[in-house]
Amino acid sequence: MPRKSFRQALNEGLRLEMRRDPRIFVMGEDVAGGKGASGEQDAWGGAFGVTKGLLAEFGPERVRDTPITESAFVGAAAGAAMAGMRPVVEIMFVDFMGVCFDQIFNQAAKFRYMFGGKAVTPMVLRATFGAGTGSASQHSQALYPLFTHIPGLKVVVPSTPYDAKGLLIEAIRDDDPVIFLEHKAMYDDVGDVPDGAYVVPFGEAAVLRDGGDVTIVAFGRMVGRAMEAAARLARDGIEATVVDPRTTSPLDIDTIIETLEETGRLVIVDEAYPRCGMAADIAGIIAEEAFGLLKAPIRKVTPPHAPVPYAPELEAAYIPSVERIEAAVRGVVGWSR
Amino acid sequence: MQLAREDLLTAYRTMALIRVFEERVQREMSSGDIPGSTHLYAGQEASAVGISMHLGDMDRVASTHRGHGHSIAKGCDVDGMMAEIFARSTGICHGKGGSMHIADLDKGMLGANGIVGGAAPIACGAALAARMTGSGAVAVAYSGDGGFNQGTMAESLNLARVWDLPVIFAIEDNGFAEATASSWAVAGDIVARGAAYGIPAERVDGTDVFAVHEAAGRAVARGRAGDGPTLLHIMVPRYLGHFSGDSDTYRTPDEKRAMRTDRDCLKVFRDKVLPAGLLEMDQLDAIDAEVAALVDGSVVAARAAPRPDPATVATDVYVSYP
Amino acid sequence: MSARITAIRMPRYGMTMTEGAVSGWLAEPGDAVAVGQDLLEVETTKITNVETAAAAGTLRRRVVERGGVVPVGALVGVIADPEVPEAEIDAFVAAHAAAPVAENGEAAGGPVESLVDLGAATIAIRRTPAASGADAAPVVLVHGFGGDGDNWLLVEPALADDRPVITLDLPGHGRSGTVCGDGSIATLAQVLLNLLVALGIPKVHLAGHSLGGAIALAAAATAPERVLSLSLVAPAGLGPGIDDGYIAGFLAADRRKELKDVLGRLFADPDAVERRMIDGVLRMKRQDGVPEALSAIAAANFPGGRQAIDLRPALAALALPVAVIWGDQDGIVDPANADGLPEAVAVSRLAGVGHMPQLERPAEVVRLVKAAIAAGGG
Repeated sequence: MPRKSFRQALNEGLRLEMRRDPRIFVMGEDVAGGKGASGEQDAWGGAFGVTKGLLAEFGPERVRDTPITESAFVGAAAGAAMAGMRPVVEIMFVDFMGVCFDQIFNQAAKFRYMFGGKAVTPMVLRATFGAGTGSASQHSQALYPLFTHIPGLKVVVPSTPYDAKGLLIEAIRDDDPVIFLEHKAMYDDVGDVPDGAYVVPFGEAAVLRDGGDVTIVAFGRMVGRAMEAAARLARDGIEATVVDPRTTSPLDIDTIIETLEETGRLVIVDEAYPRCGMAADIAGIIAEEAFGLLKAPIRKVTPPHAPVPYAPELEAAYIPSVERIEAAVRGVVGWSR
Repeated sequence: MQLAREDLLTAYRTMALIRVFEERVQREMSSGDIPGSTHLYAGQEASAVGISMHLGDMDRVASTHRGHGHSIAKGCDVDGMMAEIFARSTGICHGKGGSMHIADLDKGMLGANGIVGGAAPIACGAALAARMTGSGAVAVAYSGDGGFNQGTMAESLNLARVWDLPVIFAIEDNGFAEATASSWAVAGDIVARGAAYGIPAERVDGTDVFAVHEAAGRAVARGRAGDGPTLLHIMVPRYLGHFSGDSDTYRTPDEKRAMRTDRDCLKVFRDKVLPAGLLEMDQLDAIDAEVAALVDGSVVAARAAPRPDPATVATDVYVSYP
Repeated sequence: MSARITAIRMPRYGMTMTEGAVSGWLAEPGDAVAVGQDLLEVETTKITNVETAAAAGTLRRRVVERGGVVPVGALVGVIADPEVPEAEIDAFVAAHAAAPVAENGEAAGGPVESLVDLGAATIAIRRTPAASGADAAPVVLVHGFGGDGDNWLLVEPALADDRPVITLDLPGHGRSGTVCGDGSIATLAQVLLNLLVALGIPKVHLAGHSLGGAIALAAAATAPERVLSLSLVAPAGLGPGIDDGYIAGFLAADRRKELKDVLGRLFADPDAVERRMIDGVLRMKRQDGVPEALSAIAAANFPGGRQAIDLRPALAALALPVAVIWGDQDGIVDPANADGLPEAVAVSRLAGVGHMPQLERPAEVVRLVKAAIAAGGG
């Protein structure tokens, strides 16, 4: 199996889909990079290089640099989608969706419902998210719960290069608006990725490890940390099942419950804020739907209710660590009434 | 004034239909059978009609909260619209959208829009689709003077020029953003703002359907030819309040009376075509009777139509959702 | 190094395995162990397997305890006679700690995956080099409908003791291309023969499972001069019956739960289906073109829930050693199809085994295939 980076996997997914369907185009700030300048015309390939090389194959009509006007080009994506195109938009940082939120949650997300089921809005909004790069409060958030909150949007948070490619192809083929979030500290992660096109369906969690003592649910970059914590715990005889839901909307709650039938203990690791985040959401659903399976209280491992800090020491203290996950697991495994 | 007889009849009929529709909705609001509120287009009819006479189903419009007129002019079904406003399952959006979200994608009507300033980016997208597919279609972004102050407008004007999008920004200036006068709230000049982006822009008398038709014709031709966007600053009166329950005390009775006598697009039309012998009085009277009956019928049908099944409350959120 | 001390190493199952976890020991230090006795469970991202003892003696050390993850070839335990002094065992372990991964044939020349271009078809293969006997005629393993080369993971290492082993992914399966022509057994047999030509293999031992058994048999019938022996594991082509519910269910299932129920039918113990196997099949089925190829192959060979081709006459006409291996609990292809075969065919029925003997009883399958190979020579 060929080994590819997260970045390569995404690039390949875009390329294969653009070859398949001429209605697909990408746009965003510097998705090529260099428009109107005297030098290289594919200078950046997006701020993180994900769309690098697409310009040469597909040209400037289908690889469109935009002015820095998120409201205009995100809204234009919604309009183009309703008019039969299949845009894939890059927003450099998910934090920037703050300036175009109306176009996402009042417009694109609502068309189908408001218009009585007549509208189809096949668009993908790709954005980076996540802390760990010293980028501070306005370039580091994990805002997927915000979009998960909005009916009409689908929300994808891949944790491996394989999933990234398959989920992106699925997102592009999906007929609803999809928010596709890429952790900026994971672009160089490497994994097995087939060369051809394939899909990973929405609403199907990956179970990455089976163990009978505790279920750890984690998203994005936290999946790797949960796996590391699980490996450490196994040395002490504590066996963890690790579940990566992969999409927060739809959410595969069935698989989580299925594993709880065996483990009876739940730890949720979420890089998003603790209030109204995915950890809180899943804890609430499990408390309501699977209370009888629980042998111990649910534990959430999240950042504090604070913006993402800048200094490396503060940022390290902020992001859920392997040690904190391990401690949470030991807490629920050792819990008694 | 190069309109054929058929076009003249169509223009008058559509304006009259919008007028009757809106005044009837205003009256029906007081019956308590219509939920929420409505924002009515009475007085502004010549704008939507003058523009839409150039448009086919492949051309798309993105509208505002004051969208009934745009919808009728774009060909939306009047019975479906009335049923929607009455929140019936037979409504054009099955009772899920209401007055502010009337849409018919097959007619190129991308929706009324409850967010002031929300439509311009969407129209840019429809124009982008037209450009990329080479369909020759254009898109119209309707806005009021209030919406034109929104940041989305600045972004959309910029994007439309940068990408040479076949989009017409139709800024219907009815003098008021809700209860605030545009003479106070709009800095500078709307035409000058368009020109500042390098976009051809002109001011148009929105009570004269012929003037709107001519200006829109230039704009649409520019778009179809690949020459990019146009801005039309269309001066219209707003006969009714901002919304159906607006006591409208911020305007003097004299002002409101004067706009009905001096700035009525239907009267302007009659005064132009009848003396010139282009149409006969009885033709227009017959149209008045026909559209009144049509609107009557739509209200009767809407009242008789079934209400939505509560079981549909969460349908049509997604195309698919496991 | 003392002959009385035997290293237990992390095995390698297939190309992609670089490390494995000890997921459990089945013997305590100090226990006497016999050759072939279950010793430890090894877990990889693809599969969990029980490793058996390769030597008799006493389990003297568990170098890697439960949960430990080590590279392929690393020392995980030590078997030795009881009289070997502790100091000698310690020195043995220390020597391995200094050079953690064995420099033996396995580590030096592990399996190699590649793609072979056969014109329209692109076939993925995996070659496992022979531990000794690199020049011996290779054995080529052909998986069944919906499977892939990994179905043979548990028998590959042992079969590679004395000859190279090649597994392939059939068209529309695994990492191979999705072009499969009409999908018939005859067409797929021709792909197999073309592959042998492309690889420059004049003589071969063939083993095939289920549909792959029918393909191997058809290939042998077409080119008997190339085939030295034939091992058929629960083969198709010897009777009209097939579990149509399995075929239809396999094609239709696109979620883990549905597929688990379907794949459970393959095994005598349905719980033997692991999540990793299910995930692997789903990954395969979610590649562009694969569902269409699988449907075409199913339609060509199992129309209306019956097998389209009868290879009994072909089998009767063959003059080479043939082994037929069948689980008596096989619910997919009726084990009664092994009845009434020509006298020369060595039929083995495995008690308590379903449709996947090579996964359910790998050591037994290795023994039987090796017997056929020995009879075939080369």
